Amino acid sequence: MDSFRSKIVPVTTILTGVVVLWYVFAVILNAPFQRDLDRRANETPGVVEFIGKTLSQPKPTLPAPHQVAVNFFENTFLRGVTSNRSLVYNAWVTLSSTLLGFAFGTALGIVIAVGIVHVATLDRSLMPWIIASQTIPILAVAPMIIVVLAAIGITGLIPKALISTYLSFFPVAVGMVKGLRSPELMHLDLMHTYNASASQTFWKLRVPASVPFLFTSMKVAVAASLVGAIVGELPTGAVAGIGAKLLAGAYYSQTIDIWSALVAGSIVAALLVMAVGIAGRLVDRAMGGRPA
Amino acid sequence: MTEQPPAVVSASKLGLTFQTNDGPVQALSNVDLTIGKGEFVSFIGPSGCGKTTLLRVIADLEKATSGTISVNGMSPEQAREKRAYGYVFQAAALFPWRTIERNVALPLEVMGVSQAEQAERIKRTLELVNLSGFEKKYPWQLSGGMQQRASIARALAFDADLLLMDEPFGALDEIVRDHLNEQLLDLWDRTNKTICFVTHSIPEAVYLSTRIVVMSPRPGRVTDVIESTLPRKRPLDIRETPEFLAIAARVRDGLRAGHSYDD
Repeated sequence: MDSFRSKIVPVTTILTGVVVLWYVFAVILNAPFQRDLDRRANETPGVVEFIGKTLSQPKPTLPAPHQVAVNFFENTFLRGVTSNRSLVYNAWVTLSSTLLGFAFGTALGIVIAVGIVHVATLDRSLMPWIIASQTIPILAVAPMIIVVLAAIGITGLIPKALISTYLSFFPVAVGMVKGLRSPELMHLDLMHTYNASASQTFWKLRVPASVPFLFTSMKVAVAASLVGAIVGELPTGAVAGIGAKLLAGAYYSQTIDIWSALVAGSIVAALLVMAVGIAGRLVDRAMGGRPA
Repeated sequence: MTEQPPAVVSASKLGLTFQTNDGPVQALSNVDLTIGKGEFVSFIGPSGCGKTTLLRVIADLEKATSGTISVNGMSPEQAREKRAYGYVFQAAALFPWRTIERNVALPLEVMGVSQAEQAERIKRTLELVNLSGFEKKYPWQLSGGMQQRASIARALAFDADLLLMDEPFGALDEIVRDHLNEQLLDLWDRTNKTICFVTHSIPEAVYLSTRIVVMSPRPGRVTDVIESTLPRKRPLDIRETPEFLAIAARVRDGLRAGHSYDD
């Protein structure tokens, strides 16, 4: 109960601060346009009325929190989940390619890590390329992947998922290299005294020792996957997905739509990271982890 | 003296030089040693005297750079491949994700022992180290002394005749240590294994051993080998007897002679 309170108080304090600051900036940023409107309409509203107007513009520079909240609520709960205006539907579209890409990326990262740990040549040759791959801006690569794959007849979910893969394999590969190399020398010596084969040492020692590293890197990877899926929707003319909502909002200056899509995206991200965290904790408990 | 039993460990002119960034370091030089079956041999000396290195050479965790060594009449590598010894490290080195029984089962799994045989051996070795009832516990749920006992059980599980122990009780407090020493002697007496035991405690070495190998550093070498005259059955209070104290004094003299404490 105490830990609950000790968490609730700071979190709500920060949240309240952010909301207040948000309102202040909404007024400041929307004021010039509102003054413009009022001048044309020859109106001279009082201060309170003026502030009220800045917070209820249809296409504000910075939407007020309650506008985003209302838009988010309407598009999440008041629309059928199959409607293409529903945030649930769009989040699901993005989520499906995120999950597919995340699964690919995790698998690829693990395979690369195993290669690096076990093959000396790969250890020396692969790592610089992997690091270089992450220095290329994904926004530049994404359209090429989409176009190239479309040319060979692959469209739809897979290209988007591959962009997620591109972003998510890296943290997993790096984390798993570290994890597979994490066994203490004493444990390795122990396996040596049993004359254990390399594959026995791998399965009985390296793999279990790497599990905590895997989940830590998967938390990073799943968030990167979501970013990848959203970015993958931007240049592809995708009709649905959080990225498509962001792009459409930008085309038609529907700033409130953009913000509520962003909120939807961050909620999905938080849920994904939490899900990986919970999975990690369950696995840790099953492996005899000491309860924290 | 009747006929000599075959040597379990036999080393002659054994040397090991590590190449370090600061130049070669002679960890072992000119070690001549024969350990017979059923002996309890302690290696004692200050840090850097090569006692752990010698044990690791026997275990094929290090390779000697000169001289010869045989374990059970084979090279250490062949002996290791035949799983001739169990090794107990300074720390318990249990796998934290395995229960105590699964930890003891680890060498058995590696060696391809059948499930039924595994269960039987786990039961027997855990009884041997008085850990029955802790099968399902994870290492962190056990005290340091119990963890080290579990690691001894693991080393015993596959019935190697030779037990190599590298300061196994060094990290434990004295009360626990006394208790484990007593249990180890009892275990040695019942199983008739050959034990090589590295320590830096004089009372521990004298209490446990049939033979004490005194070593000294720079270069790591054997300076004295003391045969214990103590009986095989040793209650803890044997440590108050004049006989015990005489052997301890000789060990202390040996350590002092081989190593100047001034530098």
